[in-house]
Amino acid sequence: MNYHWNWGIFFEQIQGGEETYLDWLLTGFGWTVAVSISAWLIALLLGGLIGVLRTAPHRGLAFLATCHVEFYRNIPLLVQMFLWFFVVPELLPRELSLWVKQDMPAKEFVTAVLCLGLFTSARIAEQVRAGIQSLPRGQRMAGLAIGLTLPQTYRYVILPMAIRIIIPPLTSEFMNIFKNSAVAFAIGVMELTFQARQMQEDSEQGIETYLAVTLLYFICAFIANRGMAFIERRSRVPGFIVGAK
Amino acid sequence: MIEIRKVSKWYGQFQVLTDCSTRIEKGEVVVVCGPSGSGKSTLIKCVNGLESFQEGEVTVNGISVGDPKTDLPRLRSHVGMVFQHFELFPHMTITENLAIGQVKVLGRGKDEAIERGLRLLERVGLKSQAGKYPGQLSGGQQQRVAIARALAMDPICMLFDEPTSALDPEMINEVLDVMVELANEGMTMMVVTHEMGFARKVADRVIFMDQGCIVEDATKDEFFGTPRSERAQLFLSKILSH
Repeated sequence: MNYHWNWGIFFEQIQGGEETYLDWLLTGFGWTVAVSISAWLIALLLGGLIGVLRTAPHRGLAFLATCHVEFYRNIPLLVQMFLWFFVVPELLPRELSLWVKQDMPAKEFVTAVLCLGLFTSARIAEQVRAGIQSLPRGQRMAGLAIGLTLPQTYRYVILPMAIRIIIPPLTSEFMNIFKNSAVAFAIGVMELTFQARQMQEDSEQGIETYLAVTLLYFICAFIANRGMAFIERRSRVPGFIVGAK
Repeated sequence: MIEIRKVSKWYGQFQVLTDCSTRIEKGEVVVVCGPSGSGKSTLIKCVNGLESFQEGEVTVNGISVGDPKTDLPRLRSHVGMVFQHFELFPHMTITENLAIGQVKVLGRGKDEAIERGLRLLERVGLKSQAGKYPGQLSGGQQQRVAIARALAMDPICMLFDEPTSALDPEMINEVLDVMVELANEGMTMMVVTHEMGFARKVADRVIFMDQGCIVEDATKDEFFGTPRSERAQLFLSKILSH
C-alpha cells in the first residue's frame, strides 16, 4: 500500500485557520453526544407514553399509538431526516414556515434531535409494550383490587417491573441512538461524521481520520452499554427471575 | 352484603355466566366450587368489577358494581381479594407490599401503614420476613402475605379466588389455617376453592357451578348430605372418593 501515514495530522492546524484537526473532531463529537442525548430524552418520554397507551383499554388511544409506531418504524431514518428538514417546513402555515426556514435557531440541530427522537420513540414504545405484556395479567388485577386507579396501577405496579424487564433491549437502543446520530450529517449538523468528511477532504488523511472517528463512536456506545449494565445491576429485584411467572 | 342478581356474561359469542343469582350476608362464609371452566373465577371477579358483565346486577353493601357512575377504586379498596398466583408486587419488600394500598388509596401516613402492616404480618406468622422480597418467600408464605395485604385495607368482605390451587400440598394448610381463623372471627368471605375440608369446617353455604350456571346453592349440611343436582353429586363423588 502506497499510503503516507501521518498520525500527527490531528495536531496540525487546518488549512487557513487557527484550530487543529483534533479540535474539529472533538467539536463533532460534542455535537454527536448532544444530538444523541437530547433525542434519547425525547425518545424515552414519548416512547414510554406511547408504549403504555398501546396497552391501555381505551381503543382510540391505542389505535393512535399504533399509528405512531407504524409510521416511524416503516420509513428509513435517512428519509425521515429529509422529510423533517425539507418537507415538513413547507407544510406549515405561511408565517411559521418562514420562521422555521429563516430564523429558527440551530435549525439543523433541532430537526435532527426531533427526527431521531421520534424515530427511536417508536422502537422504545414497542419494547415498553412488550415489557408490559410480559407481566402476568394478575399483576394489573392485584393493583386494581387494592383500590389503585389504572394510572396508579401503571405507575406503582406495572411500569417498575416492565422497565426492569426491558433494560437489555433499551441498552441496544441507547447504543443505537449514538450510531444513528451519524445520519444527521445529511442535513448539515456538524457532528462527528460531518467533521470527519470535512477533515478527510481538507487533510487528505482519510484513514487516520476514520480510524479516529471509529474509536470515538466505539467509546460512546461502550460507555452507554456499561452505564446501562450498571443500572441493570442496581435495579435487580432480589429473588425475582426474569421470565418466571 | 354481596348481592348477585341474574348476572350473565359473554366473551364474544361464548356465554361464560348464565343468570347467576345469589346473596352473601354479613358474616357469612360461602364456598364456590365446581369443575374448571364453570365460571367460578369469573363470577367472583364480577363482585369487585375486575370482570365486567353484560346483564344483571351486582351490589356490594348496596353499591352497584356495574354502574358506570360507581367509584370502582373506592369500592375495591374495601373488598379484599386474594388471587390464585398471589400477585404480590415483586419489586417491593413485603412491608412495602402491605403499605402501598394504605398509603396511596386510604391516605394513611407511611409510619401508620407500616405499623399496621407489621401487626398483620405477625398475625399470619411472618413478621420475621418483613424486609424480604416476595421472590425470596415460599408460595405458602407469599399467599399469607397476600391475605395480610388485603386485610391491611380494613375490608368489609374478602374474596378468595382459588387461594391454594397453586401451592405445594404441604403449604396448603398454613394458608387454610389463616382463612379458618378469619372465618371464625366473623369475616364475610366468598371463597372459590376445591378444598372441601375447608368448606366442611367453616362454610355456611356451598355454591356449585357448572357451565356458567349456579346449579346448587345450599347450606353446608344440605350440600354434603345429598346434593339435589346429579351434576353436583357426580362432582362430589369424584373429589371426595380419595
